Amino acid sequence: MALTEQTRAEMMDLAARYPQPRSALLPMLHLAQSVEGYVTPEAIVMCAEVLGLTTAEVKGVASFYTMFKDEPVGEYHIGVCINPGCGILGGDAIWDALSSDLGVGHDEVTEDGKVSLERIECQAACTHAPVLTANWEFMDNMTVESARQLVEDLREGREVISTRGPQIRDFKAQERTLSGIDDDGLSQIPATDDLMLAGLRYAKEHDMKAPDGEVI
Amino acid sequence: MPLTPVITAHWDEADSFTLDGYRRHGGYSALSKAFEMGPDAVIAAVKDSGLRGRGGAGFPTGLKWSFVPQNDGKPHYLVVNADESEPGACKDIPIMLANPHALIEGIIVASYAIRADHAFVYIRGEVPHVIRRVHAAVRQAHEAGYLGDNILGSGFNLNLVVHAGAGAYICGEETALLDSLEGRRGQPRLKPPFPAVAGLYACPTVVNNVETIANVPYIVNNGVDWFRSFGTDKSPGFKVFAVSGHVQRPGIYEAPLGTPMSELLDYAGGIREGHTLKFWLPGGSSVPMLTPEHIDLPMTYEAMAEAGSMMGTGTPMLYDDTTSVVRAVTGWLDFYKHESCGKCTPCREGNWFIHDLVHRFDTGRGERQQLKILDDVCGQIMGRSFCALGDAAATPFPAAMKYFADEFEAGTTTPSSQAFDPAASTVFNEVRA
Repeated sequence: MALTEQTRAEMMDLAARYPQPRSALLPMLHLAQSVEGYVTPEAIVMCAEVLGLTTAEVKGVASFYTMFKDEPVGEYHIGVCINPGCGILGGDAIWDALSSDLGVGHDEVTEDGKVSLERIECQAACTHAPVLTANWEFMDNMTVESARQLVEDLREGREVISTRGPQIRDFKAQERTLSGIDDDGLSQIPATDDLMLAGLRYAKEHDMKAPDGEVI
Repeated sequence: MPLTPVITAHWDEADSFTLDGYRRHGGYSALSKAFEMGPDAVIAAVKDSGLRGRGGAGFPTGLKWSFVPQNDGKPHYLVVNADESEPGACKDIPIMLANPHALIEGIIVASYAIRADHAFVYIRGEVPHVIRRVHAAVRQAHEAGYLGDNILGSGFNLNLVVHAGAGAYICGEETALLDSLEGRRGQPRLKPPFPAVAGLYACPTVVNNVETIANVPYIVNNGVDWFRSFGTDKSPGFKVFAVSGHVQRPGIYEAPLGTPMSELLDYAGGIREGHTLKFWLPGGSSVPMLTPEHIDLPMTYEAMAEAGSMMGTGTPMLYDDTTSVVRAVTGWLDFYKHESCGKCTPCREGNWFIHDLVHRFDTGRGERQQLKILDDVCGQIMGRSFCALGDAAATPFPAAMKYFADEFEAGTTTPSSQAFDPAASTVFNEVRA
């Protein structure tokens, strides 16, 4: 799909949210990826036109950030956290398994265009290690087996639910969420889990609490 | 010391993240208190509380706020650093997921105090589940009249924008974050001037971490004495500790600052069955590692510094006896090399250099004199880089050498994967030892 006048209008809407329009450049690039799947030369031009920048300035920004892709990713873009927090606890083994199963390396896409892999750094989920992401939704506490199952389910078009609630959607829909342009309808899914509640539950079981104040 | 859930107190309620869930327990009552106190009294209260930044540096929050010049005729900004990316840090993401309104109420109070009418939450891009949550919470707060014009009839206006990053650890550095928020490459700025004087759009700006700001409503509501009843004189208050690694029950444990690591580890069920603690990091890969001999030290800014480490993000990672220190350090140096923004030479070139050398030890091809070279180059990165990322990159190797030099010496002949079976360190292949 190509960028449209609606995309341009939405970019202008994003730019209007900030005291200085250029602040919207990252959200605008996310929005461009939500239409075309990656940052195309046309997207660079449109961002530059909307903000009154040169294409070189926009390209310079886009190329700095790892989430902005200069070529299409797979329909399902799988991130495997290989930072030691996850890597040592199993992320490295998961990476080896998926990379060898799929025959693709870092930032590469399978021939059928279904799956791409990325070696990702810490996702702020070390309590839930090893962690994968599927189009940036979290898959916590993975094993080699569950990672293989995840990839198979996604390739077969089965519904997959993130361990934090939302369904795994396509890459472009996720990018629209990241742009912040509108509500994707998934914001009210409860997502605390045993690990986030570990301390609270322990405290309640052992009658521990914060000293009185008007604790809110 | 007992666990003291405050920010996490109601996370077991299914609607803890909603406006109703937050208000059920007194949420948004700090707003009217703050408006009664007036901005200067709010700054004074936060200063007196001794609250220190929870993002890593531990700078006194009230002091930071007081650096913002008043009546200068310029717009002021509050920017919340929600770019949680430090390896090991995983506490801001759950806070935003389960209690986003404490953050928003804190933002309103803080903005009021520093006289900002525009605030931003800069959330790392890789967490759509959190970004949509905070967007929705902001919308709810707006509809309820807590954001926008003339909040609760106070005459105070605040526009709050949720902003997604796009994958760059360096944007957790406050000046790099500001450049990124201005729509540029996320590269740090020279300080001074500090953001409090020339920050976003060269205007006075406070940059605070998520957990720091989420503390604010509780301080305003319950008072300085209550807040100081937790923790120590230099490290007052409570902390959302995120305990990870080879522990039985990794997770979120909220306790007073000053709680020893050994107690937090007990809450987390201890090191996994059949193993012993080998090394641990109090708060992220950017702080020097410690060993079991430090486990009874109180988790305070001062005690961690005295032991030669740092509190950092207060998110301890613990590794057991199956773990190769060389492998862990190699992984962290991969990370810093990848994330170095390229602006300054010591960090850009130094990281490639130490990365290459440490890999030789990881694969059993190191040469003894290269340990000295590694140490020298780390010394040349440390303190000579543009921002703290360089210092952080130069931290893991010397810290590991202090306690585990023998493992690096073994790396002159033996790959780390031969010395320590990687399968034994995984959480899913239960150990064959």
